[in-house]
Amino acid sequence: MAHQQVKFYQTGTLTVGNRLLDAENRTVQGTMDRSNSLDSGHRACQGCGEALGARYAIDTAMRATDNKLIACNATGCLEVFTTPYPETSWTIPWIHSLFGNAAAIGTGVAAAMKVKGREDVRVIAQGGDGGTTDIGFGCLSGMFERNDDVLYICYDNQGYMNTGVQRSSATPGGARTATTMPVGPEPGADFDKGKNVPLIAMAHEIPYVATASIDRLHDLEAKVKKAMSIRGARYIQIFVPCPLGWGSAPAQTVNLARLAVESGIYPLFEGENGEITSTTKIRRKVPVEDYLKPQRRFAHVLKNPAQLSAVQEIADRNIRKFGLLEE
Amino acid sequence: MKNTKPYAITLDVGGSLLNKTGSWRTERPVYLDRLPPCNETCPAGENIQQWLYHAENGEYKEAWLEIMKNNPFPAVMGRVCYHTCETACNRVQLDEPVGINSVERFLGDQAIINVWKDEPGKPTGKKIMIVGAGMAGLACAYHLRLFGHEVTVFESSSKPGGMVRYGIPKYRMPNEKLNAEIHRIQDMGVNIELNTKVDDIVATKEKYGCEAVFLSTGAQSAKLIDIKSDQSVPSLSAVEILRGIEDDVDTGLRGHVVVYGGGNTSIDVARSAKRMGAQSVKVVVRGSQENMPAHYEEINEALEEGVEIVPLRSITEIKKGHLVLEKMIPSDGDRPSPSGEFETMEASVIVQALGQNVDESLFENLSELSLEDGVLDVDINMMSAMEGVFAGGDMTPSERNVTVAIGHGKKAARKIDQWLQGEFQKDSKKNEIVDYSMMNTWYYSDAPRTIRPTLDVVRRQTGFAEVVGDLDETNAAFEARRCMSCGNCFECDNCYGVCPDNAVIKLGSGKRFEFKYDYCKGCALCATECPCGAIKMEPELI
Repeated sequence: MAHQQVKFYQTGTLTVGNRLLDAENRTVQGTMDRSNSLDSGHRACQGCGEALGARYAIDTAMRATDNKLIACNATGCLEVFTTPYPETSWTIPWIHSLFGNAAAIGTGVAAAMKVKGREDVRVIAQGGDGGTTDIGFGCLSGMFERNDDVLYICYDNQGYMNTGVQRSSATPGGARTATTMPVGPEPGADFDKGKNVPLIAMAHEIPYVATASIDRLHDLEAKVKKAMSIRGARYIQIFVPCPLGWGSAPAQTVNLARLAVESGIYPLFEGENGEITSTTKIRRKVPVEDYLKPQRRFAHVLKNPAQLSAVQEIADRNIRKFGLLEE
Repeated sequence: MKNTKPYAITLDVGGSLLNKTGSWRTERPVYLDRLPPCNETCPAGENIQQWLYHAENGEYKEAWLEIMKNNPFPAVMGRVCYHTCETACNRVQLDEPVGINSVERFLGDQAIINVWKDEPGKPTGKKIMIVGAGMAGLACAYHLRLFGHEVTVFESSSKPGGMVRYGIPKYRMPNEKLNAEIHRIQDMGVNIELNTKVDDIVATKEKYGCEAVFLSTGAQSAKLIDIKSDQSVPSLSAVEILRGIEDDVDTGLRGHVVVYGGGNTSIDVARSAKRMGAQSVKVVVRGSQENMPAHYEEINEALEEGVEIVPLRSITEIKKGHLVLEKMIPSDGDRPSPSGEFETMEASVIVQALGQNVDESLFENLSELSLEDGVLDVDINMMSAMEGVFAGGDMTPSERNVTVAIGHGKKAARKIDQWLQGEFQKDSKKNEIVDYSMMNTWYYSDAPRTIRPTLDVVRRQTGFAEVVGDLDETNAAFEARRCMSCGNCFECDNCYGVCPDNAVIKLGSGKRFEFKYDYCKGCALCATECPCGAIKMEPELI
């Protein structure tokens, strides 16, 4: 467990804040002086999970580094909706890279800081799943291999949403996208394809890898904080539902993240130097239907018993593989 | 010529604030306080959610003061209230209701131990007389003192407390707690004249220079029915028995005791008889056991203690040391019908517990006031047909229990205060009741209910020690923390956290939150993720 569980405190650590918790167990998001790294006025859709996840992560990193932070941002939704010329919603030093080279830019900024003797300034590179798992993958792997002092954060919304919802190598089996239409005998995206980048990152044996979800704020903040306490290449992948691409109600964004975790579809874990060191347990297990139902991209899957059982099989395998249920 | 344009473009921080994304919105979130079901159902009008909020944090005095705004008897109510709040509690649908009653009792006892006090209001110079020092009368006196009025309470018995003292046995209501709470009210300057029966309301009012009157004499005379008898079995009334137990006189409850009636008083007598060494105790009721008006917890505890319930029987005759019982046939309506079949039951004493009447002697000299259907009618302002004479408690038409009486006392005090100022105010409109479906209960931690340690059955049967045990400091706060704060913000910061647009402002501890409508896109994440249902989405008017 990446954070302390406090039992019987009305809402424990499940809510953003809790006046009954000790100060050290409270979240950055619950404080009045959080940095609001991603401020109001950005042009993300209503209920955007990525906008939420980015503020959660960067605010935590700002607090952990005493506000000495530079972020390099790959092209993608996060870049487009935050910085339409001449506006910016970022309140931190922030630089836009190409679609595919955020990790390399991060490496360069970290090197420059080292040369200037400012190793107290920490570097984050960030992007969506397209810019990370597909287009920026070579630069990312290089950054891992060289163990550059950069935290790479991937906001995983499982597709190229900004350009019109195309499939990425993070799109799950069965999902409808503009390029994987629900037609033919095997509608939607292929099963048994795509990449599990957190596990690939672990295969590089870098110091720290974690997956997080926007519904588990305490867990997410603890992971970012821990990442910032380590030097070298680090990778965090945050699950951020996309109302536009997934065909879900904006109000369901946090709930969908929760259902993904509770069904076992999105396992939350931490790995250090190639070994898994912790998993976040499922609190109240739900069948995958509960997660699929609120999303139009899976509407056909719910009517297709073979596909539905394939999705359930993925969840069950995750539960077994990562030990997601309490003993 | 050299190109002087910069390679990179720098954007000014805060630039996006020019983009007022609030214009995208079709629905807007609003904060509201909904009415929690516990508060809604409390006959004394306690703000239960609010005092549990203080108790959660160990702020017991603040919690106690919050109770005292509506009810000056937390130690009494924590023992004898039938806690309809717990039946209504939304937590029932998640696991088990919050043990509101036991926390109230804990707070009441803390106040007695620590001698917490309430101060009277600024003197107004106005005098009010109260007839009857039961719960309604004393609650009214307390609230009138808070308003700063002078209060004299006239009580015909030798001790104050009414039916709580004389009608509820000590195993449910220890005297020292009752005395302590009454003393606290006396310490505020309420004058109680004991052993003083008021025969003439008008004369007494004039003699003491009072401007208003509150009548709360209760319903203390036993309702008795004539049963054909050869006098071989003594017949007593429940009211005298319970009074006798309080005054430590021999009540004659021994041998085979039969109690007739299915209400709480009947069960009180039966359980007392068991404690006083009766050989057997049977409760005979005309209807079925399921339809008994007594509270189920009390019936269960009585059964555990060895009291036997004999349902669907009517006592028709007393003959040769036995009772003749007629079997009754249950019917769809509330009245079972006679079957014509008879049986006998051995009895050493029979106690009638078939209800109580209001004493009419108080109204003999008053033409304006009279009882209708055995009770004194009052209007919505608790005022009787006689100007300036208010009434409440068991003598007025309503459910007869302690909590209702305390609620009447409070309401009457407020109405008397308004009447003295010349005009009745309308009661403020109640908020919408918060339903379980309006909440996001995923956020509440799982916890089993702290079960009050009950003394074992044997110990209960041999004395008048209190039956229900106490919460201590650690588990009282724990029990309070199980409150879901239905419909009322408890500052969990969820709305402030989950807004993707940073459109919620946190105003600081105790000050809650505000929306930045300039930027709120109306996604409703805040309303969906609010655990307690304190945010509502409202359509934007175009």
